Amino acid sequence: MTVAILKSRLAKRPIQEPTTWDRLKTNKSWLGAWFMLPAAVFLILFLAYPLGLGVWLSFTDTRIGRSGIFVGLENYEWLSGDSTFWLSVFNTLLYTSVASVIKFAVGLYLALLLNERLPFKAILRAVVLIPFIVPTVLSAIAFWWLFDPQFSIISWSLKSMGLITENINFLGDVWNARWSVIFANIWRGVPFVAITLLAGLQTVSPSLYEAATIDGATPWQRFRFITYPLLTPIIAVVMTFSVLFTFTDFQLIWVMTRGGPVNATHLMATLSYQRAIIGGNLGEGAAISTAMIPFLLAAILVSWFGLQRSKWQQGEAND
Amino acid sequence: MTDLTRRALVQGGTALGAAGALTGPALLDWAKAWAQNNQWKPEKGAKLSMLRWKYFVQSEDDAFVKLIEAFTKTTGVKVEISRESYEDVQPKASVAANVGTGPDIFWGLYSLPHLFPQKCVDMTDVAEYLGKKYGGWVDSAVKYGHNGNRWICIPVCYTGALINYRIEASKKAGFSSFPDKTDAMLEYAKAMKAQGTPGGMALGHASGDGNTWVHWALWSHGGQTVDANDKVIINSPETAKALEFAKALYGHMVPGVAAWNDSSNNKAFLGNEISWTNNGISIYVAAQKSAKDIAADMNHAYFPIGPVGKVTELHLMFPMLAMTYTKYPQACKALMSYMLEADQFNPWLEAAKGYLTHCLNAYDNNPVWTADPKTTPFRDVAKRSLTAGGLGSVGEKAATAIADFVVLDMFANYATGREDVKGAIAIAERQLKRIYR
Repeated sequence: MTVAILKSRLAKRPIQEPTTWDRLKTNKSWLGAWFMLPAAVFLILFLAYPLGLGVWLSFTDTRIGRSGIFVGLENYEWLSGDSTFWLSVFNTLLYTSVASVIKFAVGLYLALLLNERLPFKAILRAVVLIPFIVPTVLSAIAFWWLFDPQFSIISWSLKSMGLITENINFLGDVWNARWSVIFANIWRGVPFVAITLLAGLQTVSPSLYEAATIDGATPWQRFRFITYPLLTPIIAVVMTFSVLFTFTDFQLIWVMTRGGPVNATHLMATLSYQRAIIGGNLGEGAAISTAMIPFLLAAILVSWFGLQRSKWQQGEAND
Repeated sequence: MTDLTRRALVQGGTALGAAGALTGPALLDWAKAWAQNNQWKPEKGAKLSMLRWKYFVQSEDDAFVKLIEAFTKTTGVKVEISRESYEDVQPKASVAANVGTGPDIFWGLYSLPHLFPQKCVDMTDVAEYLGKKYGGWVDSAVKYGHNGNRWICIPVCYTGALINYRIEASKKAGFSSFPDKTDAMLEYAKAMKAQGTPGGMALGHASGDGNTWVHWALWSHGGQTVDANDKVIINSPETAKALEFAKALYGHMVPGVAAWNDSSNNKAFLGNEISWTNNGISIYVAAQKSAKDIAADMNHAYFPIGPVGKVTELHLMFPMLAMTYTKYPQACKALMSYMLEADQFNPWLEAAKGYLTHCLNAYDNNPVWTADPKTTPFRDVAKRSLTAGGLGSVGEKAATAIADFVVLDMFANYATGREDVKGAIAIAERQLKRIYR
């Protein structure tokens, strides 16, 4: 009885070809696209749009409070003959390369040290993080006092010990100033490198070291053939971030020197701010920041393709 | 007016009796008189917001707040004050002018109103009224205030940038007071350094102290960034002479001035590290509070006269403007005229302890200038100041050149030996030509 009713109902309903809408409704990719939409809107609104706007501004003569007209490459042409701009490029490269290399070396050393069995390990690890927790502006002001031409505690101590007779001109001399700001940046950046590498070190299985020790490997060999290869992916990520942060640094310089003395510590970021916001020339400032993009892309590509050749990238195990 | 309550009286701008009763008979009388004579009646229900530069002398701001509160009590117009570092007022004002919304009143630096003259409420009537009543405006204020033949702002006050020096050390070096000629100043600086009491002036990116002294150095030797038609004329033998002078002076300064910002010389002077510098009155005000021995042993002097033979100082001008987008232009005008009336302005000037200098001649008689002779030089800075841009216009271009440290970097480049004379001038010339194109 029931079967008969069912049959008759089924017979009444013609078999329909699924419409495009039906297909879409059940299509996982379609649904996935919708779920991605909020994230995409966020990225476009807050990342892609400002970046695009910045690049566009660099092709105009916009000033603060007044929209500009398209001037093509005029801003770049002007900058190519601007010695202050090239000085800032040199400063930025010097600042980034020296600070990044030292941050890496010191960070790795600290990470290896903290990975050993130490008394008070937890407290030591927390202490290492302190420079990273202090707000940049605060640490910059502290360094500004440390390096003050008249009131530096370093000069004062050395003078009291009779080692020097005159204050050290930390921020007033071109090269002293460069090394001083680089030192401040290193002090601030080391914890990030150290703690992240430490996290990487903890993922290395102790059995590998045990096996190596049994085989009679020296500590250097253990580092070179176990730690280093396994740490490479983390190193790549950490150094990419470290280089990016250093290259785009602003606060330390702005608080400590404002780009002085005589523009010797002006980074591209600080020069861009000075020209765009303080000087009001948005177009030119945007051109300076846009000029940073190729350098940043290069840094990313180097670490991605140079350091990350290992197979884990393709989802396979490491050698 | 059927529902005449006390609240309505206080809020409605006309009801001064009730408001005045709250603060005693003296202010009541004055407020009544002011309200009767005030030509600018605030719109009904008017409310104002103001963005001002952030104070350097606390008592000045306290007096300012009191003044604004009195205005609110008198007129019922509420005024909301916000403060920004003086370099940041300009970008905010520019954006507000551009988008047509933001604070009704801006109080900023140098040539702020000239960045957007069409967006400024015409203040001609207020300026003329005040000028007539208080002995006229000083010349530089007239230049800063005017766009064409109308006033686009009220030049409220200056902050003087003068020489600060230690008396005893100078005497020991053979100078009873600070030299009044540039040549003698070199001798002075040399002698002071030789006896271990050197001075210094900022060559770092110090918007106030750095810019004021290098512009003086340039102008005092006849150098100019641009001529009266805004044509760039920085590349001149006079500029070279100014640079040579600054380099010689730099040699006699304390080491480290290339790293100085606006607060460095204050610290160094108050820490007995330097014995002469250029600054506002803030060192003296601070010394009176915390280092009385320094306050007693220091004095102020005008910048020395250079080869051009006349006064070539640059002081910081603080103009106040109202935006055309304000819904309450009459309230803005009422506020600005109220601020500069003697009964309000005099106590404020006194509270500023010499940090602010009036642009209306009548206020020369304010007791703050004579009670302590050491503040007297600051009385005349408005009369002595040239305008931003020197011979040229006071508009956006001059503002950009100052903000981008073009002249300051030129001097620092040569004084520190980074560039030779030609190189330093060439860099500045290239930048100026772009700014003034």
